[in-house]
Amino acid sequence: MNINQNPIILNVDNLHASIQNTEILKGINLTVRSGEIHAIMGLNGSGKSTFAKVLAGHPDYHVTQGSIQYEQKDLLELSADERAQAGVFLAFQYPIEIPGVANSQFLRLAYNTVQAKRGKEELDPLEFDDFVREKMKLLEMKPDFLDRSVNEGFSGGEKKRNEILQMALLEPKLGILDETDSGLDIDALKIVAKGVNHLHHKDNAIILITHYQRLLDHIVPDFVHVMEAGRIIKTGGKELALELETHGYDWIHNDQKRAAGAST
Amino acid sequence: MSETMVNDYLNCLLSALPADSQDSGSQDALDWVHRLRNEAIDQAGQLRFPTVKDEEWRFTDVSPLATLPYKPAQKTSALGLSDIQPFCITESAHRLVFVDGFFSPELSRLSEDDQFMIGNLASSVLAKVSLAESHLGQHVQFRDDFFAALNTAFLQDGALIMLPENCVVSSPIHLLFIATQEQTTNYPRCLLIGERNSQATVIEDYIALGANAYITNSVAEFSLADNAQVNHTRVQRESGGAFHIASSTVALEQDSQYRSVSITLGALTSRFNLDVEFNAQAAECTIDGLAMIAGRQLADTHTRIDHAKPHCTSHQQHKCIVDDSSHAVFNGKIIVRPHAQRTNSSQSSRNLLLSGKAQIDTKPQLEIFADDVKCAHGATVGQLDNEEIFYLKSRGLNELAARNLLTYAFGAEILDRIPVPSLKHTLEQAVLNQTTQTTRTQNS
Repeated sequence: MNINQNPIILNVDNLHASIQNTEILKGINLTVRSGEIHAIMGLNGSGKSTFAKVLAGHPDYHVTQGSIQYEQKDLLELSADERAQAGVFLAFQYPIEIPGVANSQFLRLAYNTVQAKRGKEELDPLEFDDFVREKMKLLEMKPDFLDRSVNEGFSGGEKKRNEILQMALLEPKLGILDETDSGLDIDALKIVAKGVNHLHHKDNAIILITHYQRLLDHIVPDFVHVMEAGRIIKTGGKELALELETHGYDWIHNDQKRAAGAST
Repeated sequence: MSETMVNDYLNCLLSALPADSQDSGSQDALDWVHRLRNEAIDQAGQLRFPTVKDEEWRFTDVSPLATLPYKPAQKTSALGLSDIQPFCITESAHRLVFVDGFFSPELSRLSEDDQFMIGNLASSVLAKVSLAESHLGQHVQFRDDFFAALNTAFLQDGALIMLPENCVVSSPIHLLFIATQEQTTNYPRCLLIGERNSQATVIEDYIALGANAYITNSVAEFSLADNAQVNHTRVQRESGGAFHIASSTVALEQDSQYRSVSITLGALTSRFNLDVEFNAQAAECTIDGLAMIAGRQLADTHTRIDHAKPHCTSHQQHKCIVDDSSHAVFNGKIIVRPHAQRTNSSQSSRNLLLSGKAQIDTKPQLEIFADDVKCAHGATVGQLDNEEIFYLKSRGLNELAARNLLTYAFGAEILDRIPVPSLKHTLEQAVLNQTTQTTRTQNS
């Protein structure tokens, strides 16, 4: 684990969140500094995806306790679009299909909206076309991606690449990748990982939500957190993911029992 | 509405008929037109003005029409080419313009190509009397349709397209009907006769220039002979105070193909009847529609596909987008007659409610009397999906922009099927503007 004194991008303190009066998140604490990659692992139902959606501002989830500071501001004060404009990006586990809207149209609309909010230059269709094609090379995407409707009829791998393409366009400060590796074959996984590594730099941070160690072979995290029942129950370095892979999640409980036993 | 009121209404209208139409003594070539018109006058007199008590008019109250006995429009020549320029379609080499129902040769553009015949009824029927006579008024059911009977009774002129055998018209034919006179009624009419193996694309387009409250009562008849293929785009963009009552009838012979896209954006109250009749085997039709309305608009679409013969195929997708206090009605009847085996029919009605006060009434109505058929149908009414809105917001779009984009996307599926690119683009912009009229569009 390296010691990083870079500025804090995200500080989550005792976060509790519910959907339809069912509490899913039960006290999450997490600090993310710029330049860091954090992996959040855990079984299905542990609250990983809920945490991602709460960070992105999904309206169905209600924060009942705790706080989220993003770049020294109260993130919970911002709506989902304001968060995106401020540099929070969520790559969806299940990207939405929008028949009837060309991907190029959607990408340019998102890009120009965010650029305008950040006081930066907007691009006309021709300029944008050159710009986006350059970014698409990084993800080895075929040009016809632009003409097709947003995610409609895309394979699982194509959808995930389209998510990372959006991340490349919107240049987030905090990228949250919700199970971006699920449903990818090894070649697609490598391409996506290469894209994410390319986009990561010392001034931004990435949170990877994943079930599996194999993504972490390609995107190496600084920290690995294990979630269970709405809480982070263990934090370690990248070797923690390997131990989980070898021993399974039950190992943590046994490990904790051993630790508890030793302390008494 | 009282009987007296309706009778007064009809008398008022009929008294406005030009004197010559009552004159049955003449021996000229248009004798049959006079006969047809007189028959329609009789029919209109016998038919009742429809009320909401009639099943076919349950949701569409046209009683205000009876209290607005708008006189037929008079012929004017107030418009110039520059007035209609914004509505011209670049791909179209053939344009027929009717102002308040009257043919305007000055505004029209006709091709020198004489291979097929396009023109106005009044001057064209003389050339091909027997052909016109065998079709005009023979497809539309004016014998039980009050408004079609009125249209026929007031028949003065109309658009005529006669496609001879093997004739392929590559450039779209634009029929532009313009309303210019306030508080009048105009009676547009179209007749297309496609002979064997002919092909054409027709745009039937209703607009207003300078008029707000008026009535359009239009009738279109399409007759396709063996293996004829017609693309028909119908655009109703009347002014916001108008009444638009229209009937289209399509008669299909063997192996013929009819594809239509009907776009309803305008008029305060509109009713569109589309009847397709399969008169021989192996014909196909695709009829798609989009109604996008707001304010206090009402848009009623009634379609009827009659599979009277075996081995025919029909596909239909109808979409409605309703905002504010508007009300859309869809009634899609599909009849499969007892001997019409191997019929393949699909129908989908999808509806988007953008406001809590808007209303949708949709009724797929399948009457199947044959046993070896494939008929699929479905109807949905919904609102914009919250997950889709969240996805767009997470990409920086604000709530309104996200909703507008999704609304546009819902309609774009139908607009995409318009075979004329510039018209498609114009209508896409119109739909985008309608969704973004309360805000600055974010799509710079």
